Amino acid sequence: MPGDDVRDEILAKIRAATGRPSGGPPPQPPKPLLTVPEVPLEERIEQFSAALEKLSGKAHVAESAEAARALVEELITGRSAIASNSPLLREYGITSLTGVFTGYTDAAELKEACASADVGITGADYALADTGSLVTLSAPGEARLISLLLPVHIALVPKQRLLTGLDELFTLLPDPAAQTSSMVIITGPSRTADIEQILVKGVHGPRMVHAILV
Amino acid sequence: MKPIPVESIQKTLSNDPLGEAIYASTGRLMAKRAAAIPDHLREDFEQWREQANRIKRHTLENLDYYLELLEERLRARGGRLVYARDEAEVARFITRLAKEKGVRLVVKSKSMTTEEIHLNEWLEKEGIETVETDLGEYIIQLAGERPSHIVAPALHKTRYEIADLFREKLAVEREEEPERQTLIARRVLREKFLSAGLGVTGANFVVAESGAIVVIENEGNARLCSSAPPVHIAVAGIEKLVPRAQDVAVFLKLLGRSATGQPLTVYTSFLSGPRRDGEIDGPQEFYLVLLDGGRTKILGEPSRRESLYCIRCGACLNHCPVYRKIGGHNYPWVYSGPIGAIITPQFHGMEKDWWLPFASSLCGACGEVCPVKIDIPRLLLELRVEAVREKIRSGEARLEHLAFRLWAWVMTHPRAYEAAGLFNLVLRDDETGWKGQVPGPFRTGPLKEWLRFRNLPAPPAKKFRDLWAARQQREALKE
Repeated sequence: MPGDDVRDEILAKIRAATGRPSGGPPPQPPKPLLTVPEVPLEERIEQFSAALEKLSGKAHVAESAEAARALVEELITGRSAIASNSPLLREYGITSLTGVFTGYTDAAELKEACASADVGITGADYALADTGSLVTLSAPGEARLISLLLPVHIALVPKQRLLTGLDELFTLLPDPAAQTSSMVIITGPSRTADIEQILVKGVHGPRMVHAILV
Repeated sequence: MKPIPVESIQKTLSNDPLGEAIYASTGRLMAKRAAAIPDHLREDFEQWREQANRIKRHTLENLDYYLELLEERLRARGGRLVYARDEAEVARFITRLAKEKGVRLVVKSKSMTTEEIHLNEWLEKEGIETVETDLGEYIIQLAGERPSHIVAPALHKTRYEIADLFREKLAVEREEEPERQTLIARRVLREKFLSAGLGVTGANFVVAESGAIVVIENEGNARLCSSAPPVHIAVAGIEKLVPRAQDVAVFLKLLGRSATGQPLTVYTSFLSGPRRDGEIDGPQEFYLVLLDGGRTKILGEPSRRESLYCIRCGACLNHCPVYRKIGGHNYPWVYSGPIGAIITPQFHGMEKDWWLPFASSLCGACGEVCPVKIDIPRLLLELRVEAVREKIRSGEARLEHLAFRLWAWVMTHPRAYEAAGLFNLVLRDDETGWKGQVPGPFRTGPLKEWLRFRNLPAPPAKKFRDLWAARQQREALKE
């Protein structure tokens, strides 16, 4: 196994190559280039819906928790769903809907459940208006695979967490690693164009993404 | 020095379906990029490019510092940083870990660095099954080929070839519809993801301050590789570092647009270490292997250091008139197109790949589209100079050198130049006015190769010297 000698050798080579024989802290790096525009909520919602629909996902707006619950109920009619353990979903009453299975705490059991269900329901920590993206931070209540393994993904996100874009996300979370081991930005359904550049959705991840702004 | 692989290039050029596939695909990618950078965004885009260039320069100039910072931060998150001098060391680390854990199956997502080091071959040699899970890479792996494009590895394959391939290798019904073909791959690979003991991914960016990696993709296979198996190993070159998470934003905005015309790819994963307390899934162990593999050598050449800024978007390939005609497989290494032409000889030495910097029309398109502003045209010229010096030193270019000295002498001696003009008489043709082709007897020896693809341009109707003399006369009359 390459050990410390390899590490030291490579660092020494780098120091020689860059003319920093004794290491030490560098000069200030260039200032980050982040621009956060002022965009009213209504406009952000419009942008978000347009961007996600362009990727053949679907954005919904629910005015209340009850409305969100009804929407999810309609979307999963006749199908089985796995919901994450997010407190948000419980609060909205999603986890008590018929056909929704939840409460998995073991990875193997979760994988098995995901293999046979149709819909994955999760919360999202943020959404990005200009690209139609959902941002999920993995946590004890938010497993990674529920937004990935099932053919359809439904994500619920409070309206006030709809940000303008990437720059605002990184302004709000200057270091995502401080919050989570895994932050995933999801922009539309899984897709490929590897065969003759013909677009196919749902390669390894979901072929449909519903975002519900509550 | 090694000869140019003319025969293989000729073969591609005379294969119409292949030529068409490459030309059409790259053309579509160009159009997508252009559409993703509309006029109202152009000014911002230029600012992002400037910023990305500055960050890369700063990071590489202080790379030792950021590597040490990364190591400390990654350790704090429960991950481990491993250095490797060359491909053998990466392979040894991964095989040893796999054997230690009793891993029989490895799932891999697309990564140029692991292509560079032939990781699959190393693992297969040790009896560890290794499966590529990006659809294009999977197709290439089944076909036993190598990728022909950084972003679209199976760009040279038609759906009909893929139909035959799947039937033969996967024992399924012949299926020509890309949608159905994709479903077949999804089904086969899903099994692999869920039973693999180890997932290997690349890293598009490595964030020093966060102890994190960033992986971007469209299919979801990299997410599966990094979250389904109990162990995740990411492999990347040491040049992939950026200082802070906030720097990633600008690169994300550039990369998707430049590669496929997407403002953001479908999945962007920001991963730091294994799963944390209380999390249900995600890897229990995380390793980041950073490869030197010749990079420190390039780092030591200040005028060429920017070759390491590359974020592997493939835009320079799509816009290169040479790549668009000869495709990726005629380039000797995994990196093709203009970026391949400048980094391959730097990694492998001039001796083998001296001709690559000459495989360019120097039109400058590569430099114009590069999202991190690598001055590829300048580097092509710099490497050409080195190639010629090398040839002169080895004595190989003695004749060429002599010919150019003779040419220089003629050009600086008016009478000799005048006399050389008489050679035009030989090329005059009674019917067409100009032969263009140098007559047979002159096409011998080294000139034969040189003239094989070259015609002589017809001389203008009036010589500059005559025009000048006439003008002088007119001026004199006026006075």
